[in-house]
Amino acid sequence: MNKEVVAMLLAGGEGKRLGPLTRHLAKPAVPFGGKYRIIDFTLSNCTNSRIETVGVLTQYSPLVLNQHIGAGSPWGLDLPTEGLSILSPYTAKEGGDWYKGTADAIYQNIHYIDQYNPENVLVISGDHIYHMDYNLMLEQHIETNADATISVIEVPWEEASRFGILNTTDSLSIYEFEEKPAAPKNNLASMGIYLFKWQELRKHLIEDAICFESTHDFGKDLIPKMLSVGNSMYAYQFEGYWKDVGTIQSYWEANMDLLNEDLSVSLNCKKWRTYSKVTNEPPQFIAETANIQNALIHSGSYINGTIDTSVLFENVSVGAGSTISHSIIHPNVTIGKNVRIERAIIKENTTIPAGTVISTPPTDEPMVIDDDTLPKRAVTVDYL
Amino acid sequence: MKQMMGLINLEHERDTFQELTYFRCPAAIPFAGRYRLIDFTLSNMVRSGIQEVALFTNQKYRALMDHLGTGVHWGLARRHGGLFILPPDWHDPSDISRGDLRHFHNNRDYFHRSKADYVLVSGSQFIANTDYNAAFQKHLYTGADITLLTTETKLAPGNQQVRPRVELDEDDWVKSLHNDITNPIQFSGTYIIHKELLLELVDACIAYEKTDFFQATIKGNLHKLFVQTYHHTGYSAFIDSLESFYHQNMELLKPANYENMFLNRPPVLTKVSNEPPVKYGPNAQVSSSIVANGCVIEGTVENSVLFRGVHISPDTHIKDSIIMQRCDVASGVDLENVILDKDVHILENQRLIGSAEKPYTLAKRKVLV
Repeated sequence: MNKEVVAMLLAGGEGKRLGPLTRHLAKPAVPFGGKYRIIDFTLSNCTNSRIETVGVLTQYSPLVLNQHIGAGSPWGLDLPTEGLSILSPYTAKEGGDWYKGTADAIYQNIHYIDQYNPENVLVISGDHIYHMDYNLMLEQHIETNADATISVIEVPWEEASRFGILNTTDSLSIYEFEEKPAAPKNNLASMGIYLFKWQELRKHLIEDAICFESTHDFGKDLIPKMLSVGNSMYAYQFEGYWKDVGTIQSYWEANMDLLNEDLSVSLNCKKWRTYSKVTNEPPQFIAETANIQNALIHSGSYINGTIDTSVLFENVSVGAGSTISHSIIHPNVTIGKNVRIERAIIKENTTIPAGTVISTPPTDEPMVIDDDTLPKRAVTVDYL
Repeated sequence: MKQMMGLINLEHERDTFQELTYFRCPAAIPFAGRYRLIDFTLSNMVRSGIQEVALFTNQKYRALMDHLGTGVHWGLARRHGGLFILPPDWHDPSDISRGDLRHFHNNRDYFHRSKADYVLVSGSQFIANTDYNAAFQKHLYTGADITLLTTETKLAPGNQQVRPRVELDEDDWVKSLHNDITNPIQFSGTYIIHKELLLELVDACIAYEKTDFFQATIKGNLHKLFVQTYHHTGYSAFIDSLESFYHQNMELLKPANYENMFLNRPPVLTKVSNEPPVKYGPNAQVSSSIVANGCVIEGTVENSVLFRGVHISPDTHIKDSIIMQRCDVASGVDLENVILDKDVHILENQRLIGSAEKPYTLAKRKVLV
C-alpha cells in the first residue's frame, strides 16, 4: 500500500535574525521554554498526527540538532521501516551541492520520497512553536482535491504587510500570493506549511531545478509558479496555539508569555504532548535562601538566590544573594554569588562570576550573553 | 579484561513500609523526588562497567517491571548482556531448594550462559552514589574469594534490621561478622564473588537444605573463605521501613547530602518521563526543598520533597512532607510531617499534621474530602 503522506521537515536554516543565538547551532535547535528545542514542537506534531515517515533536512551547523534528534526515539520515530531519517547534503557520482533553497532541498531528496511512493508530501519547517493536527489539513486537501494546500493563520490587518499573504476566494481557493505586500488585500498569512500531491510537486521540483532564474524557494518560486500554471491551490485556515520566535525580541517575549500561560493547554497539554530528548538530571534543589516567583525551572538546577519572572533550563546553578529577573538562562549556566541579571538571555555553558551585573534597558532588545560577549557587556560590582 | 555481572536479589528485602508497599515491592518505592529505590543500585552497577544485570523478584513486582522496562534508561537494552528480570515461576519436580536458593537453582542456566566471570550481588535498600569498580579492582588485587562492600552510616530512626557488623584485621580481611552495634562498620548487603565459586556454594547450600545463601555460606564459612572488604565513604542510607524512608528523604534536604548524592558525580539513572519544567506562581514561597519536573507550585512549600507533576494550590502550606507523583493539593490546606503516595487528592481546607517519628501516610489514589 502506498503511504498517504510523507513529511519533509526543513531544519537547515540559520535563522539570521536570531543573531548570536544561532552562532553555533541551527534555528530549530535553539532552546525554548525551559526544556525544549524549537524543532520539538514540529516533531511532536508529526507524532501526534500519526505521521510516521519524516525526513529531516539539515544543513547549517547541524551537530547540536543531530545529537538532539538522534534516531528519533523521543518522538517514537525510531521505527523499523519508516520513522525518521536525517537528510543532509551529500555528494554522489555526478558530484554534489549544498541545498540552494527550500525547494532544492526537497528536489535533492526526491529518491528518498520515491521509496515510499506517497500520495502526498507535507513540507514543514522547524521554526515555529505551535500545536497542529496535520490530519485536519490533509482531510481538507483530499476533500478539495487540491494540488497544493497551504496552511494560513489570521494576522492583524496592520501587521499583514510583514508576512507572505495569500489572497483567496470565499471558498479559500488561492488566486494570488504576495510576499510582504505594501497594501495587503487579505490578512491570511502563510505559515510555511505546505501539503502537495506528490506527483504534482515532483514535476514542479524537476522543472524548478533546471530553471536558471529560480532561487529554488517554495515561497518565492515554486508556489507562484504553480499558481501561474493554474494548479488547484487552497488555503487551510489554522486556529490554535502558535508562536513566532523569529527575532531576539519575539524569542524573549514568547518565553515570558509562558509564565502567564496555563501550561496545561500549551507545553503540558495532555492531549497534545510535546516530546523532547530527556536527560537524567536530578530533581532541582531549592535552598533555604531561595526566593522564587513567576518562573519556569528545569531539572538539575540548584537555586540559592532570587528568581523573578524568568525561564531557567536544566543544570543552572544560582549563588546566594543573586537576583535574576525577566531573563532566560540556557542549560548548564553557573551564576556566582551577588550577581544581578535583568532582561538578558544567557547562552549554554556560560559562567557568570560573582558580583557581575548584566542589565538591558527596557527600551532595548534583551542582551544575549555568552563567555565571549560577557566581558564587553557586563559590569562587575565589588561588594566588598 | 575480567567482567562482572550484577545480581539484585530481592528475596530477603525488609518490607515494613505499611501503605507504601501494599501494591509494590520495596525496590519500587519512589524516593528523592523522581527515583525508585532500585535506581541507586542499578546506576552504581552500570557505571561500574556492568553490562548485564539479573533480578530475582519474589512478589508485588508489577510496578517494578513497569519501571524497569527493557532497561533502556540505564543503558541496559544492549546487544550483549542487558537486563534480565527473573520472576519466581518454576516447576521442577526434583527441586529440593529452599529460600533464595530456589532462585539460584531455577536460574542456573542463566548463570552458565553469562560470559561474566564475577558476580556482584546486591539488594535494593542500600542507597549511595558509588563506584563498584574500585571494589572489584580490590577484589582482583587481593585475590579474595569474596569482597564485602562496607559502609559507616548512622542507623536512622526506625531502621528495622540490624545490619551485620564487620570486624576487620589491619589488611581489611574479615575476622568476624556479628550484630554488635557498637562496631560502626556495617555490611551494605553488596558483595563480589567469582561465578564458579557462587554456583559451587549454591550446590552445597541446597544439599544441606539452607534457606539463606549469604547467611549459610559466607557467614558460616568465614574460617574457610578469604573474605575482603571495600569501604564506601560519603553519604549512604539504609531504607527498610516507613520511618527510615521518611527520615532519609528529609536527610537529602540538607545541602551537603544532596550535593554528595547528586552533584559533581555521575547521575543516578531512572525511567525518564516527559514533564515540563517546574512552574512557580506569582505567590509561590519555596525553600529547602527538592522539586521534580512537572510540578506547579502556587503556595508555600518548606523542607519537603515534591515528586513529578504535583500541584500545590495558592494559600496552601506544606512543611516537612513527602508528596508523590501527580498529587493535587487544593487551596487552604495545611500539611506537616505527611507522606502522600501517588495520585492523592487533598480537597480544600484540610489540615493534616503527623509527627517526625510517625509521619501521617495516605495510600495511593486516596481522595481526602
